[in-house]
Amino acid sequence: MTVSLHHLPDRQLAPLLAAYCAAVAKRRLAFLLGSLVFVSVLVTAAWWVRFDVFLLVSRIGSITSYFSRLFHLDSGALVFTDPADWFWGFTPWIKKLGETLLIAYIGTVLGVIGGFCLCFLAASNLSGSRTRWVARRFLEFCRTVPEIVFALIFVLAFGLGPMAGVLALTIHTLGALGKLFTEIVENIDMKPVDGILSTGGSWTESIRYAVLPQVLSGFATYGLLRFEMNFRGSSIMGFVGAGGIGQELLVAVRKFYYSDVSAILVMIIVTVFILDMLTARLLKRLSALG
Amino acid sequence: MSRLFAPEAVRQAAKRHSAMMRLGDANRRYMAGIAAFAFVVLCLGLVEAEFSVARMIVGASRLGDFAILMMPPDPGKSLHLYVFAMIDTLGIALLGTVIAATLAFPLAILASRNVLPIWFVRFFLRRSFDTVRGVETLIWALIWISAVGMGPFAGVLAMATADFGALGKLFAETIETADQRPVEGIRSTGGTAAQEFRYGVLPQVMPVIAGQVLYYFESNTRSATVIGIVGAGGIGLHLSELIRTLEWQHVSFVVLMILVVVAAIDFVSSHLRQMIGGQKPI
Repeated sequence: MTVSLHHLPDRQLAPLLAAYCAAVAKRRLAFLLGSLVFVSVLVTAAWWVRFDVFLLVSRIGSITSYFSRLFHLDSGALVFTDPADWFWGFTPWIKKLGETLLIAYIGTVLGVIGGFCLCFLAASNLSGSRTRWVARRFLEFCRTVPEIVFALIFVLAFGLGPMAGVLALTIHTLGALGKLFTEIVENIDMKPVDGILSTGGSWTESIRYAVLPQVLSGFATYGLLRFEMNFRGSSIMGFVGAGGIGQELLVAVRKFYYSDVSAILVMIIVTVFILDMLTARLLKRLSALG
Repeated sequence: MSRLFAPEAVRQAAKRHSAMMRLGDANRRYMAGIAAFAFVVLCLGLVEAEFSVARMIVGASRLGDFAILMMPPDPGKSLHLYVFAMIDTLGIALLGTVIAATLAFPLAILASRNVLPIWFVRFFLRRSFDTVRGVETLIWALIWISAVGMGPFAGVLAMATADFGALGKLFAETIETADQRPVEGIRSTGGTAAQEFRYGVLPQVMPVIAGQVLYYFESNTRSATVIGIVGAGGIGLHLSELIRTLEWQHVSFVVLMILVVVAAIDFVSSHLRQMIGGQKPI
């Protein structure tokens, strides 16, 4: 088979080529200027936070040695050679891990309940403008203040222990899920709602029979995804005394119990993996359910 | 407003179509079982976490006291201190995100199926991303402080490490979902593998990736406000100290400042993201 490529005559080609080059040159210039601004901002930021690449390079030895020490026992052997010694504190740690899971679970459930109650008030298709404004600002406040800050304050108010952590997670979850739930509610089909209202149903009835069937599966998806995030959140609650495994980790890092640090981290990471897998499977079943 | 259908009529209709009405019952029982289980675990958990009405009341009244003491927000004489710390925070977030993205991008390319079809490299990289991602930024901050000492430097490294995992995973997924037709087009005209990537894949993924990086910068300004709690620089150090020393007026000022700055960054970044989205080729 013969192949022939069609060529425009040079006379026609020249202006097209010129236009193309001009367009490309314009884009390149914009890109170059953008990069220049970006790099200068970056350099300023690096100077401001005293980010010193040379320091990093000169201390690379001590950094790598720190990380390698994490994987060595006190005896100097690699941690993998003696798992029993590595996980010497397995029983207390697993208890703390259980507490961490519990904090995440209660925080998620209470947060889901709170977000559920507020999302209908914050949705533009179901609620009046004044209620909506209040609900939205409240949700915004709850999710923008970091959970650990709430935990710091709650530890002072409610005392040390998991209760402060649970409440902090609840507030944050409520804010984050409330927003996501609101978005789901705002995207529903309004015809069933109109149907219920037109037969004389109340606002609550319209939510129960017209809105809920449309939004529940979306709520469940977001709730499940949030649980995994909350586990990671609750793993640091112990840093401020709000319960969970964070306390043990903080002590291990601060007191340079190297192998303990890696052991606790491994336990956290494994738990995150398992939760990840379970969540993915549950989500699959949920979507199969419809 | 009176009801259109009398309850009696509804009941009769339900009887007529009883088969249809019963359809969801099995499903409903299943759901009720799950809900009951969740509720029991919740109750046990509340007991285990030492919840009690008395503690709630005492705590709530103390919170009320704090709230009263917080009014009005006032930085006192330390305004400049807080502003500088806030700029520190923004710098940490920016540098951390950029370093993470720079490191994650090349590795994400290697971890995507359509660019490098070697399964063990992909498996290894993906698991590494997951491992790094499974650890909170604050934990990384704690570890980096032990390695390089306190200060914003450790904060930047912590931010970069935590995001490296998250961004690597996201980038790899983005590259994998790229349309293969442009790549095949370039291959059919005799392009090399590098050219296939540069002209076939990159133009598709760049806007998406830029959006993701911006989004992470946004969320990192939030997390950068707290890494100071363990001593990794930024406003968090002041915040935790102020809370511990019960300087409530300062606390409320700093929290308000954080809220305003985060809102401003959100605003700018979401506009930038929309701009990038609008320019998206193909």
